[in-house]
Amino acid sequence: MAAGRFSSFFSRAASVPWSSIAGEAFDRVVLVAKTVCFVHVINNYVCSIALVRGPSMLPNINMTGDIVAVERFSPRWNLIDVGDVVLLRSPENPMKTVTKRVLGLEGDTVTFLVDPSNGFASKTVLVPKGHVWVQGDNIYESRDSRQFGPVPYGLIHGRAFCRVWPPESFGSIGQKM
Amino acid sequence: MGTLNSLWLLTRKSVTGALFGITISDRYLTVSPVRGNSMHPTFASSSTNFPGYLKGDLVLIERFCLHDFKFSHGDVVIFQSPSNHKQIYVKRLIALPGEWIRVSSDMVKIPDGHCWVEGDNSSSSLDSRSFGPIPLGLIRGRVTHIIWPPQRLGKVERKSMPGRIYQD
Repeated sequence: MAAGRFSSFFSRAASVPWSSIAGEAFDRVVLVAKTVCFVHVINNYVCSIALVRGPSMLPNINMTGDIVAVERFSPRWNLIDVGDVVLLRSPENPMKTVTKRVLGLEGDTVTFLVDPSNGFASKTVLVPKGHVWVQGDNIYESRDSRQFGPVPYGLIHGRAFCRVWPPESFGSIGQKM
Repeated sequence: MGTLNSLWLLTRKSVTGALFGITISDRYLTVSPVRGNSMHPTFASSSTNFPGYLKGDLVLIERFCLHDFKFSHGDVVIFQSPSNHKQIYVKRLIALPGEWIRVSSDMVKIPDGHCWVEGDNSSSSLDSRSFGPIPLGLIRGRVTHIIWPPQRLGKVERKSMPGRIYQD
């Protein structure tokens, strides 16, 4: 009796089309893998989006968070220019990405107020080879090259070129006012 | 019509393969030849002309370390040069953020988010002794194994440097 149950179980199991199920599962896995690879390449080489928060880029970027479109090919092709808003890995913490405006490229001389809320003393710095000088638009509330010095070009992640959310402020991020 | 179809199929398959290869190489593992003598004897370098590339060491680089940037003393890492972002250097990580390192007769404090790298071959190495501590964000991977030539196949060991680093 038990043998009869086993054999009917096995004969039903044999009639399930395992090979076509496996084939379909494999195709689905391949499709998922292809999509992941495609998204990775687009995100890292073409264009990506990022949530930018904090007061350092007021009034151009909101404190509570704007979503911006970031293009990823400018840093690779040396196309970053003065006035661009860039996302870069913070030199003080590699896990943090900060958004600032480029104010000087290698070889430029940058003059900045040492303490903008306290007088007019200024300092002039020559940006070394392979580095850029970044500052937040809101100089009173921004931790940038005035504190951590010029940053190596290799830390630049991408250039923010367009605000996509909230919808009322959709549009390109302007050059320095 | 048949050849156009098979050409299209070949193009599609190679694009898929390329996307797959790029993703794996960027996120997980990649291989690279080693150039220059700054890491002698750990790596034997190749010369700069064409057949010379085949004589140099080929190393396996892992990118998992870039998820949390947690490195150990003595790791061999690859990073973008701070003076030229298109150039990739391979050196050994000597000191981590917050530590003091003894350089000739000076003590240098490594700032937050930075590290000190030096080549194994001190006499011919352009490293932190010239350009200072580098931001951890410039690191692009950790070298784990030499995979070519077969007689040098093996794991790249961590080498510690006692007596040069001081914790606060």
